Amino acid sequence: MEELKIEGSPKTPTIEFNPSTGYLLVRGRSIPENSIEFYKPLIEILEAYNQSSQANTKVDVQLEYFNTSSSKCILDVFKKLEAINSGSSEVTINWYYEEDDEDMLEAGEDYQAIINVPFKMIEVEEE
Amino acid sequence: MNNIHEFYNKMEESNIMLSFKGEVTSDLLTSILQIMETKMETLDEPPKIKKKVYNILVECLQNLYHHIDEDDKETKPNENSALFMIRKIDGEYSIMTGNYMAQENVDLMKGRLDKINAMDRDELKVYYKEVLNNGEMSAKGGGGLGMIDIARKSGKKLEYNFEPAADGYSFFSLNVKVAQ
Repeated sequence: MEELKIEGSPKTPTIEFNPSTGYLLVRGRSIPENSIEFYKPLIEILEAYNQSSQANTKVDVQLEYFNTSSSKCILDVFKKLEAINSGSSEVTINWYYEEDDEDMLEAGEDYQAIINVPFKMIEVEEE
Repeated sequence: MNNIHEFYNKMEESNIMLSFKGEVTSDLLTSILQIMETKMETLDEPPKIKKKVYNILVECLQNLYHHIDEDDKETKPNENSALFMIRKIDGEYSIMTGNYMAQENVDLMKGRLDKINAMDRDELKVYYKEVLNNGEMSAKGGGGLGMIDIARKSGKKLEYNFEPAADGYSFFSLNVKVAQ
């Protein structure tokens, strides 16, 4: 399975997924007008990865902003990870938020409440 | 020519930081967001306010964009445009939008806004999670989360008005204030 690499843009995040190490990174802004189209490749590769996953899957989500159109897609990504976690891989999701960004922390907690995968909330200093 | 001066004074008195009337396109959206980000940077706004304003701007602008996008086949060209303004009075940001809406959609929108306005912070959080997780998605992915998110980030009640207009349309005005 090939690596997935999507370079970030002002409206879309950097996405990197390496199936041979089980590492997923989502970083930047996610405010596209059409999120479904943007997240499709990631959803697809996670589905395929679930057939031959690594023992551990580590996920770093470092989002600065995301719109509500992305929020449903991000939930879909997490649901795929939930399926992987109940399969043969142990998944950890690290949710990063800048200090004082209560909205981003709360957004992470919202997902944590819905998704049955261990979440770690990680506070980082403002850039 | 005096008119221009009047316009200027009116905008100055109303503390308008940015205003736009016309068709909301994807490129315009990107530009407005960039301009506002730079402005808030220059004004040295606290990161918390900057993020809230930015988030609300994104949702409001994308509401206008999708609304126009979805309706543009039936809507008359002059009604294809929207009004967008952002002002800052006594340190409080307010984001205002105006657009025409087909009369048959007004009650649904009113109902949604009233439902949101009747909720407190915790109720909005529960409602957001419910809608997020209900599996429904509009063609563009939003699925009714936009207004709930705007209300959560704003921390204030959403001010709105519907004014009947010609040919089965109403003019929908929305004013979102950002709590300090």
